[in-house]
Amino acid sequence: MAEVRILYFAWLRERAGRGEEALTLPPDVATVGALMDWLGRRDPALAEAFAMRRVVRAAVNQNFASAETPVAAGDEVAFFPPVTGG
Amino acid sequence: MGTVRVQPEDFSPGAEFDALLARAPGAGGLGSFIGVVRSNAAQPIVAMTLEHYPAMTVAAIASIVGAAETRFDLLGCTVIHRFGRLLPGDRIVFVAAAAAHRRAALDATSFLIDWLKTKAPFWKREEMADGTARWVEAAAQDAQEADRWNMG
Repeated sequence: MAEVRILYFAWLRERAGRGEEALTLPPDVATVGALMDWLGRRDPALAEAFAMRRVVRAAVNQNFASAETPVAAGDEVAFFPPVTGG
Repeated sequence: MGTVRVQPEDFSPGAEFDALLARAPGAGGLGSFIGVVRSNAAQPIVAMTLEHYPAMTVAAIASIVGAAETRFDLLGCTVIHRFGRLLPGDRIVFVAAAAAHRRAALDATSFLIDWLKTKAPFWKREEMADGTARWVEAAAQDAQEADRWNMG
């Protein structure tokens, strides 16, 4: 039973209809990629956004992450489009 | 050593140059870049809102600054990035790098802004004159310009 804090930014936040949520993950959801699959199964709006995997980026505990990055209890996982600052 | 600020308010480039030079004795030159909100006649924008990831932003910029300091042997640098709603012509970002010689100062300035564009968690949303809004898409060219610093 791993509770993680999930954040959404920019158009992903708008698609999700929320900026953040705290969720308890099932034991088999242990990576960013598995988390995206699980979130998509729970929420069609996220499934649609995550279908564009090429343009969705993630960070775990404020560090850029890949689909293989582990996710554990207490982590903060953020999803966002490619950055456009500067 | 580097100064990093993320803030909604504007900054004074002159004051930042003076402060950086005061912190960088031995500097022979200072390179700088200021990014401003761009509009154009064909598709004028009313405003641009910069969203960011507060818990990550300063650390991500500090990491970029640390890489620049090591790579270019900087004597000091300053990065200021604004967030919130800005108008055309408003300053968005300030980058300045102080070094013993001009080449390092100028190259470090390019490196810092190229990496900020691809590694700092900011997102731009443009409000158009017709009332619509759109998220700015990352330019492939930005990634290429950041990647060139990985070569050689």
